[in-house]
Amino acid sequence: MAELYRRFGSGLGTLFLALVATWLAGMVLAPNLMMVDYAFRPNLLPAEIGGPRDVYSLDNILYLANESVHRAIFFKTVWASALVAFLTLVVCYPLAYWLAQRATPNHTAVVLLALTIPFWINEVLRTLAWYILLAFRGPLNAVLLALGIIDQPMRWYGDAGVLAGMVYAYILFMLFPIYNAIESLDRSQIEAARDLGASIWRTHWRVVIPHAKAGIATGCVFTFMLAAGSYVAPALLGAPGSRWFTEIIYNWFFEGGDWNRGAAYALVLLVLCLTVVLVTLRIARVNLTDVAK
Amino acid sequence: MSQSVELHHIGMAFGQTRAVSDVSFTVGGGEFFSILGPSGCGKTTILRMIAGFLEPTEGTILIGGRDMRGLGPDQRLTAMIFQSLALFPLMPVWENIAFGLEARGVAKRTRKAKAEELLKLVALEGLGNRMPGELSGGQRQRVAIARALAVEPQVLLLDEPLSALDLKLRQRMRAELRALQKRTGVTFIYITHDQSEALAMSDRVAVMSAGVLQQVGAPRELYDNPATPFVARFVGETNAIPGKVTAIDDGIATIESAYGPLRGRAGNGLSVSMAAKLYVRPEALEQRPDGDGYLRAAIERIDFEGAFALAHGRLPDGSMLIASIPSTELAGAPSIGAPADFSFRPANAVVLPDG
Repeated sequence: MAELYRRFGSGLGTLFLALVATWLAGMVLAPNLMMVDYAFRPNLLPAEIGGPRDVYSLDNILYLANESVHRAIFFKTVWASALVAFLTLVVCYPLAYWLAQRATPNHTAVVLLALTIPFWINEVLRTLAWYILLAFRGPLNAVLLALGIIDQPMRWYGDAGVLAGMVYAYILFMLFPIYNAIESLDRSQIEAARDLGASIWRTHWRVVIPHAKAGIATGCVFTFMLAAGSYVAPALLGAPGSRWFTEIIYNWFFEGGDWNRGAAYALVLLVLCLTVVLVTLRIARVNLTDVAK
Repeated sequence: MSQSVELHHIGMAFGQTRAVSDVSFTVGGGEFFSILGPSGCGKTTILRMIAGFLEPTEGTILIGGRDMRGLGPDQRLTAMIFQSLALFPLMPVWENIAFGLEARGVAKRTRKAKAEELLKLVALEGLGNRMPGELSGGQRQRVAIARALAVEPQVLLLDEPLSALDLKLRQRMRAELRALQKRTGVTFIYITHDQSEALAMSDRVAVMSAGVLQQVGAPRELYDNPATPFVARFVGETNAIPGKVTAIDDGIATIESAYGPLRGRAGNGLSVSMAAKLYVRPEALEQRPDGDGYLRAAIERIDFEGAFALAHGRLPDGSMLIASIPSTELAGAPSIGAPADFSFRPANAVVLPDG
């Protein structure tokens, strides 16, 4: 703060601070406070708002607790998001290790570019690409049929489709933190482990993964939050049996016309995500400042 | 528990770049052997080939008489001490030391006992539960040595492990390494660019330059009888005086230099009428105008180094001459700006062909 004033003088410094404060207050704080406010009030006709029935209560949250289908979808969303984070980790860790320790600088540049290019396209369009790939008469089924792995086309939409779409969508959020972490590992530590007779597994388990722990935790936290809050992948690649909690929230807002209940559902999701994130970080002994890096 | 290491016509090329060409030498079991050379001379490449991190493109490496081709570093009876030491920072010291045993599936209690034993060997008793980051540079050094010795290697490979330490500590660690080598009897192959380190510690030294082996010999031999101009210049300080060989007589060569005829021992491959240089060490120059060849130089400065002082003089044609004067004789040293005469015994100079 003092640095800001010293560098830009009191006039510009104050202006910058005011802009950031306005942005935080208007774009982050206000909508969240309104969501909390909505969540604890009943859904009333416009005429009744401010009237005797407009009182704070836990009704909207209790509704979720007592509605078994929504509750099941909520918990399914939580563990499925954890599964997405885990699968993304499994996909990204070997790649991140290769990029950070084994690849030549040229290979690293080409692969990172190739991984980044798809992200120049909008998330909806990227998910639509998976929609085409996984279609009943789509390329994936055609290839599997041609290879003789399956003898009739599979229906991929549903849990498998949602998982695939999400793992793909969040690869970079997992890859970069782990890549950064592994890159800072002195290669001679890996060589020393090997020289002392350690297997590849032991080298990773005892040397590389402990070093990359902060990066892995950061990637998992990002991916979990994004997956739990994802809407496009479940909406496009899902099936009625693979509904995501965000879809229920969407329905309350735009189809049920009950913003208050939607806000309550969103609040529960937010609280849960925060809890998972903080617990994960505590387990990995990483603090939020490390994540912000 | 020590084995010999033999290199037969080892070559290594990285794409178009040649790192090592046709290097052969044999390190005896239990020997303290150094490979000395400037950075980029291929010495680290040789060490990494012996360790198994690199496969030579030509030649064979035998350890204990066994061909090492196709064996990785985890399958060789060597252990390496890295320049950065490469201690595992997230493991306590004892786990670092016992890591090689852990990889071999040794039970935890045995590992801990062995780590204690090694901590005692390197005089770090009681520090087993510290983290490497809590130790001093010299202590970390000893942990790295203990970790390498834990796997009971036949050959210990050391890649400039002392280069990060300050001078006093480095000198102490030299003595400790030397003593440890004698005590354990393990073959040591030590890489360094510091010639005083190599001369002080080793039984024998190999000098490398630009991927080519220049000379292998005991420290004294390298210093007194350099085989090539590179060795003469790189090992210790020397003065090189160019000239043409006019006579070789009973092992003593005479060259006609810009300062008159000078005599020194004839090196390998020297013959009459060759262009050659006479190499004479600063400490071989004595301040007296007689003898069979003397050099007159105008003294420009005298650098006091402690035990001795180095007098930098300019010869008539403008090249430099460096003479060492023992501190006890500084009273009789020439004054700055004045000319001084230096001569040397032919037995203390060597004449080597140019090239």
